[in-house]
Amino acid sequence: MKEDHQIWLELYRMMVKIRRFETLTGELFAAGKIPGFIHLSIGQEASSVGVCSTLRPEDYITTTHRGHGHVIAKGGDVKRMFAELMGRSTGYCKGKGGSMHIADFSLGILGANGVVAGGFPIIVGAGLSIKLRGTDQVAVCFFGDGASNRGPFHEALNMASIWKLPILFVCENNQFASTTSFHYSTSVKSVAQRSIAYGIPGRSVDGNDILEVREAALEAVERARKGEGPTLIENRTYRLRGHFEGDPQRYRTKEEVENFLEKDPIKRFQEFLKNEKILNEEMDRQIWQAIDSELTDAIRFAEKSPYPQPMEALRDLYAEDVDPLFQRSLA
Amino acid sequence: MNLRELTNTEAMAEALREEMIRDPSVFIIGEDLVAHGGIFGQFIGLPQAFPGRVIDTPISETAIVGAGLGAALTGMRPFVDLHFADFTTCAMDEIVNQVAKIRYMFGGQAKIPLVIWAPDGAGLSAAAHHSQSLEAWFIHTPGLKVVSPCFPYDVKGLIKASIRSDDPIIFFMHKKIFSSKGPVPAEEYLIPLGKAEIKRKGKDVTLIAYSIMVLHALEAAKELEKEGIDVEVLDLRTLWPMDWESIAESVTKTHRVLIAHEACVTCGFGAEISARIQEELFDELDAPILRVGAYRVPIPFSPPLERFVIPGKESLIKSIYKILGKEMN
Amino acid sequence: MVHSIDPTLHLKMYEQMITIRSFEERAIELFEHNLIRGNIHPCIGQEAVSVGVCSPLRREDYMVNTHRGHGNCIAKGADLKRMMAELLGKSTGYCKGKGGSMHIADFEGGNLGANGIVGAGLPIAVGAGISIQIRGTDQVVACFFGDGAVNQGTFHESLNMAAIWKLPVIFVCENNQYALSTPIREAISVSRISDRALAYGIPGMTIDGNDVIEVYKQMKEAVERARTGKGPTLLDCVTYRFFGHFTGDPGRGITYRSREEMEEWMGRCPIKRFREYLFREKILTEETEKGILAKVKTSIEEAVQFAMESPFPLPEEATQDLFY
Ligand SMILES: Cc1ncc(C[n+]2csc(CCOP(=O)(O)OP(=O)(O)O)c2C)c(N)n1
Ligand SMILES: Cc1ncc(C[n+]2csc(CCOP(=O)(O)OP(=O)(O)O)c2C)c(N)n1
Ligand SMILES: [Mg+2]
Ligand SMILES: [Mg+2]
Repeated sequence: MKEDHQIWLELYRMMVKIRRFETLTGELFAAGKIPGFIHLSIGQEASSVGVCSTLRPEDYITTTHRGHGHVIAKGGDVKRMFAELMGRSTGYCKGKGGSMHIADFSLGILGANGVVAGGFPIIVGAGLSIKLRGTDQVAVCFFGDGASNRGPFHEALNMASIWKLPILFVCENNQFASTTSFHYSTSVKSVAQRSIAYGIPGRSVDGNDILEVREAALEAVERARKGEGPTLIENRTYRLRGHFEGDPQRYRTKEEVENFLEKDPIKRFQEFLKNEKILNEEMDRQIWQAIDSELTDAIRFAEKSPYPQPMEALRDLYAEDVDPLFQRSLA
Repeated sequence: MNLRELTNTEAMAEALREEMIRDPSVFIIGEDLVAHGGIFGQFIGLPQAFPGRVIDTPISETAIVGAGLGAALTGMRPFVDLHFADFTTCAMDEIVNQVAKIRYMFGGQAKIPLVIWAPDGAGLSAAAHHSQSLEAWFIHTPGLKVVSPCFPYDVKGLIKASIRSDDPIIFFMHKKIFSSKGPVPAEEYLIPLGKAEIKRKGKDVTLIAYSIMVLHALEAAKELEKEGIDVEVLDLRTLWPMDWESIAESVTKTHRVLIAHEACVTCGFGAEISARIQEELFDELDAPILRVGAYRVPIPFSPPLERFVIPGKESLIKSIYKILGKEMN
Repeated sequence: MVHSIDPTLHLKMYEQMITIRSFEERAIELFEHNLIRGNIHPCIGQEAVSVGVCSPLRREDYMVNTHRGHGNCIAKGADLKRMMAELLGKSTGYCKGKGGSMHIADFEGGNLGANGIVGAGLPIAVGAGISIQIRGTDQVVACFFGDGAVNQGTFHESLNMAAIWKLPVIFVCENNQYALSTPIREAISVSRISDRALAYGIPGMTIDGNDVIEVYKQMKEAVERARTGKGPTLLDCVTYRFFGHFTGDPGRGITYRSREEMEEWMGRCPIKRFREYLFREKILTEETEKGILAKVKTSIEEAVQFAMESPFPLPEEATQDLFY
C-alpha cells in the first residue's frame, strides 16, 4: 500500500472515531449520564482531523466549547475524555472541567474554552513562547465563525502578524454562532477575507473535504515552521447537530440540514477511498467495529471510575496547594 | 548586610534584572517599554541589558494578558506590564476567566508562572480612568494571588518571589510611592508571598494597612505617639493569600482594630478582614472594628474633590480616637 | 486644493484651527505654572483633522472623543470658558471639575465625551448609531480614535457591528503615527489603516490629515453616506503631533522620534498650509487675519480669566452626581 493510502486510511479512522465518540456522547447525555451541556462536532470531523494530522505531538492547540474532535485528533485519550464528561476523578481534569474544559498539556492541548474567542490570546502567548525558546513548534487556534467577530480575534491576528508567530488560526465556519447565522453577524462574505487586514495569507477551503483541509494546513504549518508567520484558514463546514444537545433549532429548516447530510465529510471520504480501491466493505466494517469496541471500553472505564471526593473541590487552585481546610475556613 | 537607599522604582528594576539573569525564561511584555522604559521609567536599562526579552506590544490589553498566559503555559515566566491598574478592565476575560481558572478547571495540570504588574491608586489628578484601586476584585477571584507592597525592600523581595511563583500574581504598586526611598540590602533575598510584617510595634490598637496607606499609617502613629497612643502598624504586603496568623496575633495583643485601604470602603478588602476577625476573634475585641477607605465614587479630577474622596492620615487619626473612645483635642 | 467650500466657511475653519492651537499653547503654559494638575495631551499639529471632520457636522450630530481631545471639542462647538475651567478643575467646568482634560463632555453640543481608555470610544459610537437608527433621525456620529486604538478588540467589534447594521458612524482615525512611544509600523500589521476597512466591507480612505480641505471633503462625503443610510466609513487621517505624547514627555517625544522627522513634519504644519492657501486664493487678507487673531486671543484670554476666577468645587461635591 502506498504511503499516501496509509495516511488516508488513518485520517478516515480518526474521523470515524470522532463521529462515534460524539454520537455515543449524545446518547449518554440523553440517558442522563453526562451532566451539564454538550456541544457536538458531528459534521465537522474533517476540520479537526485534516488540521491535527499535520501536527507533531509537541505542537500546541487551543480549542473551543465544541472541542472533543480536536482533542481526539491531537491524540487525546478517550477513556479520560469520557471520564471527564461524566465528572469522574479519572477524567482529564479530575471532574473539575467537564466537556467544555478538556486539556492535556502533555499533548500540547492547551485547553478547550467556555468563552467564545478565549483561545486567541492564549495562542499568541504560545506562539511567542515558541519564538523566544527558539524551537520549531507551531500553535493552532481553532475557533468558530462567531468568535471571528470578537475583539480577541483582532488583537491576536495583529500581534501574531507583526511578530511573525508560528500560528495557524483555523476558523471552523459552520454557518452559525448558536442561533445566529454567519451572514447576519459578519460584515464580510468570508472570514478568510479578514486576513487582508493583518497582512497575512488567508485561505477559505471546503472544510468537509479532508484532503483539501489537510493540504491547506500542511502549507500553513510549513510556513509557520520556517518562521514566515501566521496563516488564517477558514474551513467552511456545517454542524449537523444542534448548537448543544437539546437545541430546538428554530433558526434553520430540516431541509437545510438534510442538504448538508449529502456533504457529510466522512461519507464523502469513504466514497472516495472506495472508488480509489483503498477501502473495501470488509475493511470499513472492521474500522467501525474496532473503534466501537475501543469506545465501549472507554465508556465502561468512565462509568466504573469513582466520582471525586467532595473535598477535592478545594484542591488544585494554586501550585502550592493551600491546605483545603484553611481554604474552606476562608471560603 | 550591605544596605543602600533605593527608590521603589529602582528596587523593582533591580529585582527584574536579577531574575532575568537568573532565569532565561523570564521576559517582560507590555506597552511602551523599550523606548520609554515604561511610563514611569520603571524598566529603564532593561531593554538594553536583555535584548529581545523586553517586548513592546500594540495597545491590545486582551492579547497582552492572554499572551502572558499562553507563554506561561508553555514554559516561560512572563512579567506583564499593564500600564495602569485601570486597564485590567480591558483584559478582564483573560484575568478572571482564563488566568485565574485554568489550573483548577483543568484539574491541576498546568502551572501559571505569570506576574501581571500594574500601578494603581489616586492622588495625581489623573482622574477616573487612571486612578483606581481595584485589588478587591482580584482578591475575590479564586485562583489569583494579589500583592501590594509599600517599601522598596518589600517591593524587591516580593517581585522576585512573584516571578518565581508558579501561580498567577496580580502585583499592584501605588503610583505615588514610585520615587519614595528605603533601605535595600545588596545581598540576594526573597520575601515569601503571604507574609505580613509589623512596621511599627504598638499595644493600643492594630492598624492593618497596605500599599500607600502604610505610609499614612506610620505618620498617624507618629502623631498619636505624642498623645500617648501606641499604634501597631501591620503591613499586609501580600493581600492574598492573607496572612491570618499575623493579623490574629496582633489583634489578640491590642484588642482594637482599624483597617485602611485607599480603595472604596464598600466591599473593599477591609470588609473581608473585619468579618473574619469578628468570626474568629470576637471575644478578643474591645471595640468595633473600623475601616477607612475612599468614598464610593469614581476618583474625581479636581484636587479638592480628589483629596476629599481618598483617605489620608487625618481619617486614620480620627478613627483611632473613635476606636479608643477618646475625644480628639 | 479645489475651491469648493464657501469663503465664509473657510475663514471660520481657519479661525477654529487658530483657536485650537492657541488654546493648547495656553493650556501648556498653565500646566507649566502648575495651574493645571494631572496631565494634558495637546493636539498641536492635528488641528486640520479636528476642524475638517467637525465642520460638516451639525450641532445635533454626535462626536466621540479621545484623551487628545481638546481640538475636537472646540471644533464641535464647545465653550472655551467651560473647557478651560474644567482643565483647571473648577466648578464652572463642563464636568464641574470631576473630569479634567481627558474627560470633557458636552452632551448638549453632541459631544459624548472624551475617554481615558484607548479604544473605549468606538463601542459608544456604535451605541449612538443604533440609537439614531431606532429613533429614525438623520444624525450621524463622528468617532475619533488614535492609531493606537486600531489594535484594540473594540475597534474590530465596533466596525463589524456598524457595518452589518449600516450605522451612520464615521470612524475617524487621528493617525499621528505614534501611540505614545510606539511607532505605527511596529504595532500595526498593515501599511495603511484604511486597508482594515476591507475586513468589514466598508469604504476606507487614507488621507492627508494636515490638509484641512481634503479632510473636510472626504468627511462631507462620508457624512452624506451616513445620513442617507449607506453605512459607516473609515477615514485614516495621517498627521503628526508636534508636542510630546503629554506634558510629561521628555523633549516632546525625542526619545522615540528623530529630530529630522519632527522638523520635517512641522514643516507640514496644517495651519501654515491653510493660511498660505487662503492668501493665495485671496480669501484671507492681512487685515482679516489680524481681526481673527485678535478675536481668538480675546476669547482665549477670557476663557483663562473665567477659569482662574471660578471657584473650586466644594469638597463635599465629590459625592454628588453618581446617580441620577
Ligand atoms: C464570550 C461569550 N459569549 C457568548 C457565549 C455563548 N455561546 C457559546 S457558544 C456560542 C456560539 C459560538 O459560535 P461559533 O464561534 O460559531 O462556534 P460554534 O458553536 O458554531 O462551533 C455562544 C454565543 C460564550 N460562551 N462566550
Ligand atoms: C486601554 C488603554 N491602554 C493604554 C493606555 C495608555 N495610553 C494612553 S494614550 C496612549 C497612546 C494612544 O495612542 P493613539 O491611540 O495613537 O492616540 P494619540 O495619543 O497618538 O493621539 C496609551 C498607550 C490607555 N489610556 N488605555
Ligand atoms: Mg459557528
Ligand atoms: Mg497616535
